[in-house]
Amino acid sequence: MTDVLGVLLIAALFAFVVWFVGAPLRRPSAATERPSDARRALEAAKEAKYAEIRDAELDYRTGKLSDEDFRVIDRQLRAEAVEILHALDALR
Amino acid sequence: MNPARKRQVRLIVSLTLALALGGGLIYTSFSAADPALTPTQLLTKAKPGVSYELTGTVVAGSVHHLGDGVLDFRLADRAGGGSSVPVSYTGAVPDPFRVGRELIVTVNKSGEGFVGQPNSMITKCPSKYVAAPNPKST
Amino acid sequence: MAVVGRAALILALITSLFGIGASLYGARQGRRDWVDAGRRSVYALVAILTVAIAVLEIAFISNDFAYNTVANNSSLTTPLVYRAAAMWGSQEGSLLLWVWLLSIWSSLAVFLTRNRLREVVPYAVAVLLGFGTFFTSLLVFFATPFAQTSPAPLNGVGLDPLLRNPAMIIHPPMLYSGYTFFTIPFAFAVGALITRRVDAEWIGVARRFALASWLFLGIGVLLGARWAYYEIGWGGYWGWDPVENAALMPWLISTAFLHSIMIQEKRGMLKIWNASLVLGASTLAIFGTFLVRSGVLQSIHAFGASTLGVPFVSLIALMAGGSIYLVVSRRDVLRSEHRLDSLFSREAAFMLNNIVLVGLCFVIFWGTIFPLISEAVTGTTSSVGPPWFDRYTVPLALVLVLLSGIGPVIPWRRATLANARRNFALPLGVAVAMLIASYTVVPISSSTPTVILFCAVAFVFGSVGQEFWRGWRVRRATSSDSPAAALVSMVRRNQRRYGGYIVHLGIATLFIGVAASATFQHTHYVNLARGQSDTVGGFTFTNERPTAAIVADPSGTGALLTLGVLLRVSRDGHYVTTEHPTAEYYPDASGGEGPVGSLIGGDAVSELSLDSSWRRDISAAINAVPLQLDLQRAINLANKTVTPKLLAQDPTLPYILLAYIAHNYIVHPPAAPLKLASSPLVMWLWLGALIVLFGGIIAIWPPPGAVRGRVRARYLARVARELGRA
Repeated sequence: MTDVLGVLLIAALFAFVVWFVGAPLRRPSAATERPSDARRALEAAKEAKYAEIRDAELDYRTGKLSDEDFRVIDRQLRAEAVEILHALDALR
Repeated sequence: MNPARKRQVRLIVSLTLALALGGGLIYTSFSAADPALTPTQLLTKAKPGVSYELTGTVVAGSVHHLGDGVLDFRLADRAGGGSSVPVSYTGAVPDPFRVGRELIVTVNKSGEGFVGQPNSMITKCPSKYVAAPNPKST
Repeated sequence: MAVVGRAALILALITSLFGIGASLYGARQGRRDWVDAGRRSVYALVAILTVAIAVLEIAFISNDFAYNTVANNSSLTTPLVYRAAAMWGSQEGSLLLWVWLLSIWSSLAVFLTRNRLREVVPYAVAVLLGFGTFFTSLLVFFATPFAQTSPAPLNGVGLDPLLRNPAMIIHPPMLYSGYTFFTIPFAFAVGALITRRVDAEWIGVARRFALASWLFLGIGVLLGARWAYYEIGWGGYWGWDPVENAALMPWLISTAFLHSIMIQEKRGMLKIWNASLVLGASTLAIFGTFLVRSGVLQSIHAFGASTLGVPFVSLIALMAGGSIYLVVSRRDVLRSEHRLDSLFSREAAFMLNNIVLVGLCFVIFWGTIFPLISEAVTGTTSSVGPPWFDRYTVPLALVLVLLSGIGPVIPWRRATLANARRNFALPLGVAVAMLIASYTVVPISSSTPTVILFCAVAFVFGSVGQEFWRGWRVRRATSSDSPAAALVSMVRRNQRRYGGYIVHLGIATLFIGVAASATFQHTHYVNLARGQSDTVGGFTFTNERPTAAIVADPSGTGALLTLGVLLRVSRDGHYVTTEHPTAEYYPDASGGEGPVGSLIGGDAVSELSLDSSWRRDISAAINAVPLQLDLQRAINLANKTVTPKLLAQDPTLPYILLAYIAHNYIVHPPAAPLKLASSPLVMWLWLGALIVLFGGIIAIWPPPGAVRGRVRARYLARVARELGRA
């Protein structure tokens, strides 16, 4: 009795896996799609750059960056952020 | 010194330092290590004044707990056959200690027998991570 | 039902292989649908393996001894919760747990990156499923958990009493979670290197996963340390045992990575180094998994030789070789953007921190595999003991603690005399104060390394405290928050930074406990007859009276006989506490010790009696085996008394005789073989561990979205202004 139950369970599991894993392949619009990562990568770079700008400011306020170093770094980071924004705009 | 040269110098200095320290480490490890021997090897090779790591199985009927807290027992080769070695041991006895079980103890030669260094005994968890053999049936 | 388990494993293997193929095909052809099928294979793997593990767990819980694994690791008298935990006490069961956890964490990683890193994810999925394939192959071909014997035995051998401890329930799953989690940064690093996408997006993901692995593994290691502390003969909380070392090494490397990745984020440096660290940490994690079950090295954990050595070594070689190839062939995208400006800078401090951590790892690695090396070089196996490890790790650890205080306050790029004065004055002051205290108030001056460590710890507290203070002042100045709210919001806006600082505080606290307890502990092994006393570290232990309990099972582990001794502890004549260490004796299923002897012929477990306070731990433990030997004469006599005829008349006779032996123990107790110890400041170790955990959780917790939105908008506005837009 348990053996029959076992075989049924295995069959059900197998069917589920095939159905679940194969679902994307059955989609009608399964066209060739080169994923557009560029936008996502730029967004991530933008977030990272903003975090750096904030970090640098906090470092400056707590004494880990001299006045001069902070001005240089801050300007440079903002310029890099602007560049990223340019690139994002170009994608739109 | 220009920055590039400075970096080169730094790199060479740090690599040399690392190699020297690493070399020192490796060298001292050979002299600080205790050789691991089986009972048969121990009987032939042991010299007084040198510590050895003895690995063996506890021989049935050889275990005695003496009045002054010393544990006397004999260890035989793990593979069976060969001779057994008498050990006198004081200190912590790990709970899994049993006749027929494997253990490791650091010993020094003393006369005809061997004295275990206090608290140097390690037993192994009874073997569970092997392919499951058929269990004993009751 | 075993056939369900076996089929599930085979299905898991097929699904893994399919997933690898689908991911790689989808990646090469740009087919999103095949990539998604690959991702779904990971999810499906969770379902399949859950079925397999459920079958095995049910077998354990329901005492189905037809399964070899159940019969070898559990028994009718093993309590329920330990029956469930016994599943991972065996090779096969623990492998199944490993791959099940792998599938869960892989699914989590795949889910979290479902909308990101689209180029990298397919390769990462392929690598993760590659690990899945490896482990399921082991389970299908080498070490099946579902092997059965017919007819089924009536009882099992039982879970080793030493493992009937709450720690057994949590330590292996936590440790395995740590080990398996390391496959995720590895997979994403490999994927990023293959696709040459080693950029900000990858860094963010890699950092998060590395932090999670670091956290899990750290908890696993600490739980192991705590368990070892409680067991006699396990070397205290740290014994430089190969398996302990194997878990520590990947943790050290990932600590190094978590620091040096900051340099890559800020200055675009150390890219090759970071990639190597990630790949190395994960390879070491697999090496650790291998070490526990290979029998290659002698260890408390070394569970005998196994047949899995060759597959594991092959996997490790593949990981190491593949990593080296990838890093070398992709070194063009791993070129540094900047260079080190000054040796007195945060970058340099982080680099030194990395060097020390890698150095520590090397020392530990060398010492751990030394038996293999000495055998290869000299022909004899030799091993190095804790004194050798301590000699090299203690100075390195001291430098590390000191750096953890320097790091938070040293400036980026280059430190000038002016800002050095500003930043280091307070921490140095605190350290000097501690130095003075060490020679006056705090009794540690007899050990110079301890004094140095305490001063380094004081330095850390000074510098981290200063950071919190300054950051809080900035927050108060730039917001309208109340003092308390400012502290919270300051941390919430910079969770990485302040979480990291808290971790540093935790490590420093932990080292206080380690230094004090290692240097100033007193341990005596004595035999105390009733009424006798011994003084250990100022505390006088007096054997008041013996205790015995039969079939009472106070700790709920199935022990049949519990013998103990009550010890009165006093100091300078004043009562401090009462310790009650016990020795628990378990039945031996094979019956080879005679009718009475078999009742307690199984393994013995010594239960530690511990009195902890912030100042010291006082503990007492019975040497269980010597005590049992003292009862041997009585046991032999009782065995002879129980003839088969008498046994047939009264089956409870052995128990009655056992009760008599216990009674005799109370009336004529032998001298108790005891381990008495007093160790200062051990609690600080565990406190430090909790602080590290707290800091790690803060660092990894997702930052509040609202804050991110506000900040983003503000910066967007400012940057837009500079662009000249409205």
